[in-house]
Amino acid sequence: MQEQTVKRALELLADGTVNRVLGWKTGEFAYDTTPAVFTSAEEVEKSFIYNDFCGPNLSKYLIKESRKEGKILVFLKPCDTYSFNQLCKEHRLIRENIYVIGVPCTGKVSAEKIKSSGIKGITGMESDGENVTVHTLYGDSTVKKSDAMGAKCSTCKSKKHVAFDELIGEDGEVNNDNARFEMVEKLEAMSADERYEFWRGELSKCIRCNACRNVCPACSCENCVFDNPESGIQQRAAVNSFEENMFHLIRAFHVAGRCTDCGECSRVCPQNIPLHLLNRKYIKDINEFYGDYQAGADLDTRPPLNAYTFDDCEPSIVYKKGGNE
Amino acid sequence: MQRIGVFVCHCGTNIAATVDVKAVAEAMKNEPGVVFSVDYQYMCSEAGQNLIQDTIKEQKLTGVVVCSCSPRMHEATFRKAAAKAGINSYMVEIANIREQCSWIHKDIMTATEKAIILARTAVAKVQLNAPLTPGESPVTKRALVIGGGIAGIQTALDIAEAGFDVDIVEKQPTIGGKMTQIDKTFPTLDCAACILTPKMVDCAQNEKIHIYAYSEVESVSGFVGNFTVKIKKKARYVDTTKCTGCGICTEKCPKKSVPNEFNLGMDNRRAIYIPFAQAVPKVATIDADNCNMLKNGKCGVCAKVCTAGAIDYKQQDEIIEEQYGAIVAATGYNPISLEKYDEFAYSQSKDVVTSLEFERLTNAAGPTSGQLLRPSDGKHPHTIVFVQCVGSRDTSGCGKEYCSKICCMYTAKHAMLTREKYPDTDVYVFYIDVRTPGKLFDEFYRRAVEQYGVHYIKGMVGKVAPRADGKLLVQASDLIANEQLHIEADMVVLAAAIEPDKSARSIATMLTASMDTNDFFTEAHPKLRPVESPTAGVFLSGVCQGPKDIPETVSQASAAAAKVIGLLSKDKLTCNPCVAHSDELMCNGCSACEKVCPYGAITYSDKEFRQPDRTVAIRRVASVNEAVCQGCGACTVACPSGAMDLKGFSNKQIMAEVDAICK
Repeated sequence: MQEQTVKRALELLADGTVNRVLGWKTGEFAYDTTPAVFTSAEEVEKSFIYNDFCGPNLSKYLIKESRKEGKILVFLKPCDTYSFNQLCKEHRLIRENIYVIGVPCTGKVSAEKIKSSGIKGITGMESDGENVTVHTLYGDSTVKKSDAMGAKCSTCKSKKHVAFDELIGEDGEVNNDNARFEMVEKLEAMSADERYEFWRGELSKCIRCNACRNVCPACSCENCVFDNPESGIQQRAAVNSFEENMFHLIRAFHVAGRCTDCGECSRVCPQNIPLHLLNRKYIKDINEFYGDYQAGADLDTRPPLNAYTFDDCEPSIVYKKGGNE
Repeated sequence: MQRIGVFVCHCGTNIAATVDVKAVAEAMKNEPGVVFSVDYQYMCSEAGQNLIQDTIKEQKLTGVVVCSCSPRMHEATFRKAAAKAGINSYMVEIANIREQCSWIHKDIMTATEKAIILARTAVAKVQLNAPLTPGESPVTKRALVIGGGIAGIQTALDIAEAGFDVDIVEKQPTIGGKMTQIDKTFPTLDCAACILTPKMVDCAQNEKIHIYAYSEVESVSGFVGNFTVKIKKKARYVDTTKCTGCGICTEKCPKKSVPNEFNLGMDNRRAIYIPFAQAVPKVATIDADNCNMLKNGKCGVCAKVCTAGAIDYKQQDEIIEEQYGAIVAATGYNPISLEKYDEFAYSQSKDVVTSLEFERLTNAAGPTSGQLLRPSDGKHPHTIVFVQCVGSRDTSGCGKEYCSKICCMYTAKHAMLTREKYPDTDVYVFYIDVRTPGKLFDEFYRRAVEQYGVHYIKGMVGKVAPRADGKLLVQASDLIANEQLHIEADMVVLAAAIEPDKSARSIATMLTASMDTNDFFTEAHPKLRPVESPTAGVFLSGVCQGPKDIPETVSQASAAAAKVIGLLSKDKLTCNPCVAHSDELMCNGCSACEKVCPYGAITYSDKEFRQPDRTVAIRRVASVNEAVCQGCGACTVACPSGAMDLKGFSNKQIMAEVDAICK
């Protein structure tokens, strides 16, 4: 895969189709990849990578990049193309300045997941697609890849690219098994008090670093309400535990109906808060109230929360389903 | 800092009996920005308004809060008063301490506490009010009437009489509605057709009236004075410009067994038909579901016999777009389905009929040519039982809780006419109450009892059992004699409740007009604005607003027309200045607002913005056409960035109100 992606990047740079390439390069650690813009063939040859560690969703970077001079090549995994579509739908990208190559994905390895299984002192990692070899200060160990994937990938929603100019490899299928809602169902089954305890336990870990907001492709406002002195709620997350909860809940509400469930919020959270569960709860509710809807699956359907149809369920039903008592 | 004056109204005892108005006025003196606070007996009186105006001048007020009745009642009054005293009329806020407080509470303590909170909330809002100036919008001088029954016809004729163009949209192939099916009309017993058909012809001949028959309203957008309506003209498969209405096709069509809806299925029509002789427009219509030619391409008789060459099997539905200044809903009614009333054996015996079917059985143009004959065997019935309130005033959940209003009178009419024409027939009427409030109504009913000897029995029929010999065994109770009755009847006539036409709900949604729980349209005010819907520019005519008889329908239809004429005679309307606006620095160009805007008031354009780093960026931003925006606020909640805000109801003002309530 690495060879094919590099080959196409070099070709497109050489024939002038694009003048930049948006992809991944190795970060601080071998397993810690980071998004990068490459402006020359040399840079691509030197540091472009595409492997089982390339988790980051590159779509959001295109908001700024597509407004620059010339066309940019971007590599998108299947789930990233949903974010890409959603951004196009919201007129946040200048599509004609972007050349999309869809790359296949069999799930990305999460270093956090591996660390959480008790492996310490990691110095490097390699994946052969089946197993991940983890090099540590204390010697090597092997983990099955399926056990090394984060929440985002272990319940992958789709292997199908919904937007691309060309594809490398074969396209996959949409996964409709709804396994991604299992944890949401568990939370729904809890009593209100238990659920509150669960979320207080998670959200109290928040250090207000804003990584979730900054990485989220749906959080692309010119001026975020949490930064806007006019909004009356700016910089409140650190005030007390109520505001801390509300920061995350308001953020989830703001992206409701637009969140494609790309899972970046949880992936980047340095405190490992399962923020994606809030979004999945809204997605599940929207599906149940208004029929299945996948944000970013296409460019034309109206999101249920921004559309009215005669067969929309009545507000009383929303209330009944939503109320615990 | 604002200088706010608070005026607390007693509304006689309406407010003062339940709210300690002096305590409210006193409490408001301590609110920030309040420089004057007083209570007064009738704020809306001339003296009350003078008090506001004098105080504005003396105290140099910049904002006014009136604690009184609903803003729907007197907001305009107080705004005008404030404007006369020299402050912007949008610097006035109303705290509704009558409908939302004194009228719904009993305890003075709690009501006073709530009134203080409501007053405080209005003060908090007025703190953030800014002067607003209304714009103007033009008026399209054309009206649309939805429904071509007697209500729609009368409204259209009156509007046309005043010189305005008016279109009628009727979903049936002909206008005329239910009244065309009725035989005689109470209380004067004139023939319905004789008084209705001249009006239908007047509609057809009036240059100002255009009839879209066999058509439906597809969509409505816009607002008062400027509605855009899409009308679907359903394919008749007949060229209406060529058809002469000669009727040969309707005689030659080989498909003879289609139930005739005009006679409620009691006889048959052909697949190509003209509903009745006086239909307007008098043109044939092919019923596509029953036409062999349209279904499988085999036949074509009508095309062969038509000398005018009017048959067009390839005709398609056509969508027409029109502009209107006003819309009148006149969607009418239907009798309810009787499937939940099986005790009356409606589905078991042909001789159990609804009152509307009875009308057809006594009408000269009906299936029996006006001879009252039993549908089952065509014999003359000698005993007829009329059952009133079938599904009306029904609290069991099966029917309607309301009174259908017309049944007492038409049943008296049926009973009387039967006795007059067939004196050998015994007629029983079972009733809960006989309701005859109307000019000459009670006299009419008494004539049925006293002069024509109709047996009126207070009580309800429990069961109708068809017997093998064709008789209907009616079991009933006589509540006055306190005895059980068993009547062997030849026919039973059920006065089925009436309900709004099923199309009314989707039309109400298109018009954004509100409905009650029974799907009747609601009025802007039940007493003082009975023919206007709460949606500006939408008016109500006939039974779509509530059950009513023909005289009442016609009066209401003319009243609705008067309101439409009043609107259309204006050249310009003052717009509501409480409209949305977009903060371009916040807007991220996502189009969420544009998609939810029901009025198409939002457009996007690329604009240049200087960035903090001194570069120039081109961004896609929303702007609002203030003449089109109606201030509904949908965009302000759809906007993910908080860039959309509503003048007069800004997010900040609403949050200030919430804070004031929670303080």
